[in-house]
Amino acid sequence: MVKKNKRLLLVYLLILLLAALPLAACGDSTATTSPATTVATTTVASTTTAAATTAAATTTAATTVASATTAAATTTAVATTTAAAKTGIKPGGSFIFGLTTEPDHLDPYQATSADTREVLFNLFEGLVKPDGDGNLQPAVAGSLPTISTDALTYTFKVRSGIKFHNGNAVTADDVKYSLDTAAGLKIAGLDNIQTVEVVDPTTVKISLKKADTDFLPYLTVAIVPKDYKDQNTHPIGTGPFAFDSFTPQQALVLKKNTSYWQKDLPYLDKVTFKLKSDTNALLLDLQSGSVDGAIVDSNTSKQLGSNFSINQANSNAVQQLNFNNAVKPFDNQKVRLALSYVVDPDEIISTVNFGKGTRVGTPVIPGLKAYFDASLTDAYKKNIDKAKQLLSEAGYTNGFSFTITVPSNYQVHVDTAQVIVNQLKTVGVTAQIKQVDFPTWISKVYTDRQYEATIISVDGANLSPQSFLARYVSTASGNFFNYKSADYDTLYAKAVAESAQSNRIELFKQLQQLVSKDAPNVFIQDIATFTALKNGLSGFTPYPLYVFDASTIYYKG
Amino acid sequence: MIKYLSRRIVTLFLTLFLVSILTFTAFNLIPGDPVILILGTETTPQRADMLRSQLGLDRPMPVRYVEWLMGLVQGNFGNSIKYSLPVKSLIEGRLPTTISLALLAIFLIVIIAIPVGIYCARKRNMAIDKVLNSVSMLNLAVPNFFLGVLFIWVFGLQLKFFTPGNYVDYNENFVGFIGYLLFPALVIALPNIAILVKFLRTAVINQLTADYVRTAYSKGVSDNKVISHHVLKNALPPVITLLGMIIAEIFSGSIIIEQVFSLPGIGRLLISSISFRDFPLIQTLVVYIAFIVVFVNFLVDVLLQAIDPRIRVR
Repeated sequence: MVKKNKRLLLVYLLILLLAALPLAACGDSTATTSPATTVATTTVASTTTAAATTAAATTTAATTVASATTAAATTTAVATTTAAAKTGIKPGGSFIFGLTTEPDHLDPYQATSADTREVLFNLFEGLVKPDGDGNLQPAVAGSLPTISTDALTYTFKVRSGIKFHNGNAVTADDVKYSLDTAAGLKIAGLDNIQTVEVVDPTTVKISLKKADTDFLPYLTVAIVPKDYKDQNTHPIGTGPFAFDSFTPQQALVLKKNTSYWQKDLPYLDKVTFKLKSDTNALLLDLQSGSVDGAIVDSNTSKQLGSNFSINQANSNAVQQLNFNNAVKPFDNQKVRLALSYVVDPDEIISTVNFGKGTRVGTPVIPGLKAYFDASLTDAYKKNIDKAKQLLSEAGYTNGFSFTITVPSNYQVHVDTAQVIVNQLKTVGVTAQIKQVDFPTWISKVYTDRQYEATIISVDGANLSPQSFLARYVSTASGNFFNYKSADYDTLYAKAVAESAQSNRIELFKQLQQLVSKDAPNVFIQDIATFTALKNGLSGFTPYPLYVFDASTIYYKG
Repeated sequence: MIKYLSRRIVTLFLTLFLVSILTFTAFNLIPGDPVILILGTETTPQRADMLRSQLGLDRPMPVRYVEWLMGLVQGNFGNSIKYSLPVKSLIEGRLPTTISLALLAIFLIVIIAIPVGIYCARKRNMAIDKVLNSVSMLNLAVPNFFLGVLFIWVFGLQLKFFTPGNYVDYNENFVGFIGYLLFPALVIALPNIAILVKFLRTAVINQLTADYVRTAYSKGVSDNKVISHHVLKNALPPVITLLGMIIAEIFSGSIIIEQVFSLPGIGRLLISSISFRDFPLIQTLVVYIAFIVVFVNFLVDVLLQAIDPRIRVR
């Protein structure tokens, strides 16, 4: 009997051994990076990187006039840009970039969420495209346009020799088709186009309904081949990389555009955007070497060890504590002012973001240098006594209670809410945090405006000051905090109509001062983002917008 | 029997119908607009309305439901809102992963739990039984997402048995694919093995103290024969019922484990479809999962009737 039992046991052991055989086949010997010593076992998943943007609608750009913008891109490692000397670059190779968000559509006119545009930046280009400093450079166009003195017509020449990924030359017809299609789809900003005329095979003339000296940023909209119908399954553009394959929830693979118009670019032969479910999975991938780079939050960047260089840049969105200005007690300016004196952005930045963030006091991002009013950053220095006084003047001597609704997938906003709850206790104000999923947030808070307060980062559709300040106009559809000021509306109309650059800058600064004074929201910070690149890789280019440019990434030679 | 079977099949379809109505209504009532999620908040209201009518989301709820149901009956599940690809192809691409993972996990559960359960029952209250019992309890107590992360760290990052996140596609390298699935399958299997071992042990012990076992021993029947010919027959029905529940649960996509191991299976697709309010995809997935659960239950009932004459319907 004992013998029989032993035999049985042996048979089972044998079966187990057979089941374990495939193990031998799946150890990946190509993983060269030794795992970092830190372990992620219990970090709470935050589904996105710090840049929690409310998605904007068109690919973005900066104002042409005035070399307005440079996003402060401090790099804690050696982050060279394209301007760097061409030595030490080993062209070719493939690169895997991890993302915790995923593109949904590949058709550039269908894909307008920020997460999708971030990736499609490598596939598509407009007549103009932004550079790392946020200035607009000619792309599909051979040069910047001729703008008529009345700012009603923009005339472009198509770049000579430029081709689509399918090898066809780009013509004025393609440009007209693209702009007409995009305008027909009601893409923001293009409703000002009256007509697009083909002057000759390489020249297009765009006529506007209303004069606009600042129309160029909207012309970053993708130029696509005329009448091509399969953009969503096999996108074709003029960008540095061409489409290879897309498997939803797994990977978007791009290959080098060998006939790209920019000399020497891109350096890499193949770029894979690997789509991960959350930051924990991404961190494990980075540590195991199955991903070469990713945008990570400050917490993750700390855990990566010495195998990676970390490039810090701004997220180019303003994190705000938004009040619903139409509901009590936030319809009372004194209450909003009181809370502005209590909420301390410095404490939030040091507690939630490890001190990595740029304090702001206006809806405009610091990256928009010419327009950003830095004098407003400290407009509300922490002052508990003043806050209490304002609250009692408003009739809330004993404080009040309210709810902060936060989208649960943005850990950074949830954490910020917790810090704010504690800060408000000092003046007797009680805040509860209500976490909702992002679709609910969009519906309830953003669209229906049914909330008391919320925390979100707000970015602009493009790098013109309008895209940050238009939502404060009383009737704006993006004015989800219900700010209503006749003075602001008048001044905004004046600022937009002004064509002299120095006056424009002054008027847009006045608008920011008005918003700061009325305190519809508390402006907290431009959160820092971190791009991790495996050692041996370089060339990360920070942009003052939410994009990842793979064309300048290279292996060091 | 025929009458019983046909009644069960009618119940099966009725359940699926109710599940689909509930899912449809629930997801249409909770807040969340897929159109704005696709277009972003900066979109113009006109653009949003255009896309809404393009997707047919502007029509009344009952009309949309009936249309989807008609499609389902004809084997056309509609298009995903998020990816604008056919739901059918999205699910078909995921099924091999989920099903392979499930089969592997079930294989591990059966080959480990049944012998260990019987062994524990025979060695009841001895040291080895106590040790195995404690190990089982530990497996039950540790949440499986944590076990998953632990496995990734130990077997992936430290021992390099597999590269975390480097999912191997079954078309490319089947052996590598099974190898990558082995660890998540083990994570799914371990707590279920613990449940089954406890269950089987109790069932076998209950039988071992029964009169007919004493009779068998007194007749001089060998130990192994008593277990295999007499005890197991009577101990199996409740175990099969439990195994059926476990199988249904595993086949419907082990959502958490698929997330932890970044496996592109049904579970991950479900999460993404919910967080994007991708109605056609959610509805189809929920009906699929409900079908698996109801169908496996149905199979278990039929199987039990086949092996146990006492519960046969007359």
